[in-house]
Amino acid sequence: MTAPPGADPETTAADRHAAGLDGARRLLATVGFYTFCSLVLAFFTVPLLWLASAPFDDTPSVTASLPSFTLANFETLLDNRYAMRSLGNSAVLAAGTGVLVVVCAALAAYALSRVRLPGRDALLYALLLLSSIVTGTAAMVPLFNLAFELDLIDSQLGVILVLSGGLLPSAVFILKDFMDGTPRSYEESAQVFGASPLQVMRHVVVPLVRPGLATIAVWSVAQVWGNFLIPFLLLRSPEKSPAAVVMYTFYTEGGQPDLALISTFSLLYSVPVVLMFLLVSSRYGFRFHGGIKR
Amino acid sequence: MADLTLAALTKVYPGGVRALDSVELTVADGEFFALLGPSGCGKTTLLRTLAGLETATSGAVLLGGTDVTAVPPGRRDVAMVFQDYALFPHMTVTDNIAYPLRIRKVPGRERRERAADTAAELGLGDHLGRRPDQLSGGQQQRVALARAMACHPRAFLFDEPLSNLDARMRLEARTFLKRLQRELGVTTVFVTHDQAEALALADRIAVMEQGRIRQLGTPAEVFRRPANTFVASFIGSTPMNLLPGTAEGGAVRVADTALPTPEGLALAEGEKLTYGIRPEYLTFHQEPVAGALAGEVRVVENLGSSQLVTLEGPAGEVRVVVDEDTALAPGTAGHALPRADRALVYRDGELLGPPGYETPATGTRTP
Repeated sequence: MTAPPGADPETTAADRHAAGLDGARRLLATVGFYTFCSLVLAFFTVPLLWLASAPFDDTPSVTASLPSFTLANFETLLDNRYAMRSLGNSAVLAAGTGVLVVVCAALAAYALSRVRLPGRDALLYALLLLSSIVTGTAAMVPLFNLAFELDLIDSQLGVILVLSGGLLPSAVFILKDFMDGTPRSYEESAQVFGASPLQVMRHVVVPLVRPGLATIAVWSVAQVWGNFLIPFLLLRSPEKSPAAVVMYTFYTEGGQPDLALISTFSLLYSVPVVLMFLLVSSRYGFRFHGGIKR
Repeated sequence: MADLTLAALTKVYPGGVRALDSVELTVADGEFFALLGPSGCGKTTLLRTLAGLETATSGAVLLGGTDVTAVPPGRRDVAMVFQDYALFPHMTVTDNIAYPLRIRKVPGRERRERAADTAAELGLGDHLGRRPDQLSGGQQQRVALARAMACHPRAFLFDEPLSNLDARMRLEARTFLKRLQRELGVTTVFVTHDQAEALALADRIAVMEQGRIRQLGTPAEVFRRPANTFVASFIGSTPMNLLPGTAEGGAVRVADTALPTPEGLALAEGEKLTYGIRPEYLTFHQEPVAGALAGEVRVVENLGSSQLVTLEGPAGEVRVVVDEDTALAPGTAGHALPRADRALVYRDGELLGPPGYETPATGTRTP
């Protein structure tokens, strides 16, 4: 916005004035924007800061502050009978559900993608709709009754089955999209060379939809890891309970939430999920190298 | 290596589309055979039925004398190269080529050696460790060919083998493919919609339309004597002129010109005929000539060493190929004289032959 040398002095001054106003306005807008961003960021950061600082504080409170450093909270946690065991339980439930969901969803999605069934899409949408009810609060009572009739109360298998049932429709739905996206000629090519359907699946389809399978695995593990209602409902004995349920029991004798335990346990509880996300995204990161010339 | 026979092969898709209508066909051992036709004519369905990827509604497929109609694709001992090559993107070139051997449970070491040998034969020796997306289109095609060769099948099936290559690569690949087929001597059936490709590659061509074979013959037969107006308009890089006319005194009268006809045709006076002549077999004259079609030059298309001229006259549009040295401007008058021995006469869309000349409905293979 600088005037060239030798330009008319009057217009240059007016220009400069207008430019100044314009610049000031832009500066204000920028300042406002960044202030807003900082506030939003702070809103989300403070709880995370609390999670990072409270476990190392000797007198944790509900505010995030610079801790007076101690590792005593971890010792207390290790002394708790159920804490570490519950993390193991969570891992069993998450891994069991993850494997079941990935295997069943892959087979179902492949079949649904390749076989023309009348009313296939309607079926998928109906399942998707119902799945949000199955694991939801609405089906609490019938689920409990069903588990009771099947003798699956207080059994981790029962929890795995119910959770898988709830996750499968969405998993099938997502994976079917991945399957639809892989050209049929790959499979037909393998078929002409004599591959059996399961070989086609193993050699060609699974490697091609691996990013999809990884997505489903991570997603279902994270879902199970964070699920409170179903294990709370179906598991009776505390030594079988997963972390999400056990955390609910961390109270002091006075009935106050035991912040030292809760914060420390929360940190341990969140680490595996974060690690899993990092691992999967670095290994499978959503890339797809195509051998089909389009 | 084996011959292929199709007996009254019919394929009707659910919904009633008749993709193949009792196709009869024999492909000799070692022959390079083209299925040619416009899209939707059933040529790809025919190829897929040969591969076993589609099941025939009725009729039979015989490979080397044995009925394989109900045999699943993997046990027919044929190899197919798909239009998109269908190289497995997650496998290296070696693994791709060795895949058929892996299915046959050949030990890993041996199959890698055999894959490397086949790759070397096709000039892929330096690319063994690469993945398909790191190869050019031509290299991808050769990997697909190598994969098909690796299992030494009795027949090759190619679906539009050249359509995914750019124009220059296509010529190169065409020569390569023809030489490779000669050297291997394996019965090969390929599908194409490009008549030039079919003429250049094949020993014999089947021209298809709506699930039927309209003509079967060597490239020369199909090009010189198209059995019907469909084949006539489909074959040839510049479409044949097909002019409606009437028989008059042993010649065909188109508009007001009596055009010369090949000798020995029995024409009933006054019957409706179609006169077919390729643009290449018309000579262009600027002065009026007896027996030539007159018209006005409308469009001049440069074809490099020649020009394609569209004349518009009483007979409608007539295309003539003119050599590059003749200077032509739209709007001038022109006259196109047919070569009598190359002219074709069609009655009700079917070619009329001189007496004693067998209509080329089932051509024989030239060795």
